[in-house]
Amino acid sequence: MTSAAALPRPRAAAATASTSHVLPVLTVLGALGVVWYAAAAWLNAPQVIERVLSDRPGWGLAELLPLTWSMERPVLPAPHQIALDMWRSTVDWPLNSPRSLLFHTGVTAASTLVGFVMGTLLGLVLAVAIVHSRTLDRSLFPWIIASQTVPVLAIAPIVIVALGSMGLTGVFPKSVISMYLCFFPVTVAMVKGLRSPGVMELELMHTYAASAGHTFWKLRVPASLPFLFPSLRVGIAAALVGAIVAELPTGAQAGLGARLLTGSYYGNTVQIWSALVMAAILGLALTGLVAWAEAALTPGGKR
Amino acid sequence: MKPVEVNLRPVVEVAEMSVQFAGEPPVIALDRVSLDITEGEFISLIGPSGCGKTTLLRVIADLEQATSGTAMVNGMSSHDARLARAYGYVFQAPALFPWRTVLANVTLPLEVQGVPRDQARQTAREHLERVGLKGFEGRYPWQLSGGMQQRVSIARALGFEPKLLMMDEPFGALDEITRDRLNEQLLRLWERERRTVIFVTHSIPEAVFLSSRIVVMSPRPGRIVEVIESQLPADRTLDIRETPEFIEIAHRVRVALHDAHD
Repeated sequence: MTSAAALPRPRAAAATASTSHVLPVLTVLGALGVVWYAAAAWLNAPQVIERVLSDRPGWGLAELLPLTWSMERPVLPAPHQIALDMWRSTVDWPLNSPRSLLFHTGVTAASTLVGFVMGTLLGLVLAVAIVHSRTLDRSLFPWIIASQTVPVLAIAPIVIVALGSMGLTGVFPKSVISMYLCFFPVTVAMVKGLRSPGVMELELMHTYAASAGHTFWKLRVPASLPFLFPSLRVGIAAALVGAIVAELPTGAQAGLGARLLTGSYYGNTVQIWSALVMAAILGLALTGLVAWAEAALTPGGKR
Repeated sequence: MKPVEVNLRPVVEVAEMSVQFAGEPPVIALDRVSLDITEGEFISLIGPSGCGKTTLLRVIADLEQATSGTAMVNGMSSHDARLARAYGYVFQAPALFPWRTVLANVTLPLEVQGVPRDQARQTAREHLERVGLKGFEGRYPWQLSGGMQQRVSIARALGFEPKLLMMDEPFGALDEITRDRLNEQLLRLWERERRTVIFVTHSIPEAVFLSSRIVVMSPRPGRIVEVIESQLPADRTLDIRETPEFIEIAHRVRVALHDAHD
């Protein structure tokens, strides 16, 4: 099995590449921390001076700095404050409590994933229709592009209210907004991907007297996969944005969007930031999921 | 010695065939071309670029439509012959699917035909062995050299066990050393199996070395100017290119090509 011996090499190379990436990533993280703490001190100092240090004459930098990094409602919370808030709001409460950050993350993740699946399916169906029908290509594409020029912030409340009046609440209306943002990159990429086989490949299938179905499944679909997965990564991130935006107008019952909204109602900046960081972590996890699916579904399929 | 014991049923009959491409003025790619090819022949179509040799091959393969005249394969119209999967076609480039292993590329036509999976794999393994690629079944196309890739595409064209193999400048993109080796391998394959081969080339030595008949074509409009019989011994190797017989045939081809241009 000489071929088997040749194959694992890219994986080993990837492993060394990832260890050599650790140092640069840590360097950036360290620099970011320094900048963040400095910014927090700078932005929070006026409040600290006004509220705490004004009746304490003769204060110095040694008193000011710790205070700017430990305010209850800072303009910009320090990283450790966000980390602590995230830790407390995930560990101190049971998963079904509305005070648990994980509960809200789960709600948003559910809307995102349902919306992502619906959006991907819609995107695929539209792409297949467009590739196989010249009429649909001409009539649908302008509408698809126009749909994306409408700001989601404007359309989300309309959809939520309209679906709510039909008795549809909870995950589904939010997923519709996710779907609305998610289908577009999938459609655009798949139209390109399904059309990517060259004349020679198509003629090859022609000489086999292959049916349209065979040409589709054995040539167009596999050829489109390298286009599909990057679009899914964009799509799932867009679906997350859609889910969070859709959580804003519902009166903020649950979800990371709701968490952002209540945080801003009560001036709880630490809570806003921990919801933001959680959304970023969720986004990374979801795109990671897509990347994992890509690796699992394309064995050796490298050019 | 007579190398080919032929059954004289024509495999390909091209009669008074013309092909015009729309344009201003229209391009006459082929002008009333007639050609019969009998079973077991190795035919080369040779001529300068633009002489319609590839177009002729493509019409026989039903990849291009004749404006007038007919092309028959195995007594059927070229369209029916394609639907009956009567031929294998090798393109200028290997056109392998990069997401499929070598073996899976060769099973592709068999899958389209509906051959059961195990049987398709068995057949594909045999075809790969015939082009000298045993042991490479699990590789991906990008792991092979250009010459090996083109051999995979030949193995793939053998898929339906066609009596007729059409090759459109299959070795044109390869270096001369690889090309020589593949020419020799192709000749051995032809000697063993006696499939009818139609081979498009613009290389005189390649045409003379491989063929039992060489069809010389001229451009604008595309016409057949001369058909040259070649009776070189069947078990010839590349060394034959130094012999007077070979040089004499090559000379005749060159003269025909030259006359066609005037």
